[in-house]
Amino acid sequence: MEVIHFMVNNAARCFQLTLEHLWIVGVACTLAILIGVPIGVAITRSKSLASKVLNTANIFMTTPSIALFGIMIPILSPLGYGLGQVPAIVALVLYSQLPIIRNTYVAIMNVPPELVDAGKGLGMSSWRRLREVEIPLAVPVIIAGLRTAAVMSIGIAAIAAYIGAGGLGVLIQQGIGRAYAPMILSGAILVSVLAIFVDGFMALLERLVTPKGIKVGRRMRHG
Amino acid sequence: MITYENVAKIFGSGPEAVTAIKNISFEIEKGNLVIFLGPSGCGKTTLLRLTNRLITLTRGTITVNGQDVMKADPVKLRQSMGYAIQQIGLFPNKTIADNISTVPRLLGWDRKKIQERVGELLAMVQLEPAAFRDRFPAELSGGQQQRIGVARCLAANPDILLMDEPFGAIDPINREEIQNEFLRLQRKLKKTIAFVTHDIHEAIKMGDKIAIFQDGNLVQYDKPEIILAQPKNQYIADFVGADRALKVLGLLRVEEVMDRNPSNVVDGKTSANEALKFLEDKGFRHLVVLRGGKAVGYIHPRQLKYETSPVQDLAIAYPVRVDEDMALRDVISFMLMHDMRVLAVMDGDGNFAGTVTYDQIQKRILEMYAGEDEKKPAKDQE
Repeated sequence: MEVIHFMVNNAARCFQLTLEHLWIVGVACTLAILIGVPIGVAITRSKSLASKVLNTANIFMTTPSIALFGIMIPILSPLGYGLGQVPAIVALVLYSQLPIIRNTYVAIMNVPPELVDAGKGLGMSSWRRLREVEIPLAVPVIIAGLRTAAVMSIGIAAIAAYIGAGGLGVLIQQGIGRAYAPMILSGAILVSVLAIFVDGFMALLERLVTPKGIKVGRRMRHG
Repeated sequence: MITYENVAKIFGSGPEAVTAIKNISFEIEKGNLVIFLGPSGCGKTTLLRLTNRLITLTRGTITVNGQDVMKADPVKLRQSMGYAIQQIGLFPNKTIADNISTVPRLLGWDRKKIQERVGELLAMVQLEPAAFRDRFPAELSGGQQQRIGVARCLAANPDILLMDEPFGAIDPINREEIQNEFLRLQRKLKKTIAFVTHDIHEAIKMGDKIAIFQDGNLVQYDKPEIILAQPKNQYIADFVGADRALKVLGLLRVEEVMDRNPSNVVDGKTSANEALKFLEDKGFRHLVVLRGGKAVGYIHPRQLKYETSPVQDLAIAYPVRVDEDMALRDVISFMLMHDMRVLAVMDGDGNFAGTVTYDQIQKRILEMYAGEDEKKPAKDQE
């Protein structure tokens, strides 16, 4: 009851913090995809490079978020961005790399070899094959990676309030400071709702970007 | 025209090196469909893939229409040749029209020309253009997909086609049909084709010439009938099978052995006694009865005895129709089924053209196999 009361009384602030949260995650995911997809495609050309890159991304993913935010401070301070949204976004981009790079890599490696052979044999350049066949077939899997990254980022971004990035983490952080449970819960509930909403949106997106020919094929197989 | 000159391919290096092709030289003449035949691992597919540089040559020279493939730009080289594979490899995200027009789009044809060409090709492979153009590969049966694969490899009208078991992925009945269609097309289009298969029946049926490989060597390169009649060694004899005489019969046509002017022919209006007398005078065992240029049937002496009516009323109709271009294997099969040693042959208009006999067929086979020591052995390409 008290939680609802708190949210209603602070509706404007909650709304503003939610937007801020969404903004941080949105910018991070956009950057992550712009960086991760080309890397994922690039490493399909070299197996040894692929394992190195995937291991590095793995290290970032397994670093505790609070530690990564801490590391950001001395690294970005000389540039004047030790605190605030910039280090938060940088950290989220790093976190998102693994699911995006890995999904891109796996999706392109899993393009059936006969399609690659046919494409090559008909005289498609490797760039053309990538654009016309490999990427279109990989896109749904890449979006699935982005979906994982986005939902995960929403959770991690809540912690970024501790380095002054703002967002819904502010409610949790201040609630803890004031030992005021309804405020903590409001933050937590809004973060969860946001995650569920974004997840649903990504699922929709996944369906939208699946090439029609693939959807038709799935329908045929499942009767 | 494609020429292979001292072609060798070694995969890997050092102690793990595998020699896939040892030292092969031969040429595929313009307009010929040449079969690359052999068991898996004999090097036939490797040789095909060397031709459009999907694999890089280790030694030797391959030229396509006079151009050394190693000096050509690989992408342009491949665009200039059709390519079809067993797994078909249609792009599932593209419509049938886009799949077929892959190479024309790479070559930058304008949209209208591409559209027309797609319609033309779909009609060529016996699929209704309006119904198939905008569908996706997943909506097509295996046989239809294979047809699209063939259409795609013909799309930019290349002189040369490279086909790796292009009909390998479909059931025997559909395969038979698509082979026939493809042969009909090839008679019209006269492409220069390298066609890989491990199926001896397909090889004999489709090939103008057959190149048989074993362990990376070319063992024999000849016309199908010569390979069947004069296999160069035991390996090839085993490969073509113990029934090779029957396979040769599958290649020979009635017109090659038939008697165009048989003398045991009688007009239908002749009376039975006259016919009987004619039979006994000449010592024939039976007569072919004609009426108005068509064979109505045959008669034996025992049917003529004590009869007076014209022979056309007594004749027994032939149980099957034999055409001049029918394979001798089918004729032999009819003879066995109906216990007949002579059949009447009809020309294209259904008129009597002559007779074909069991003895003539057997004589032809004996000639072919007896030739093994007399005739010069087929020209080898070592």
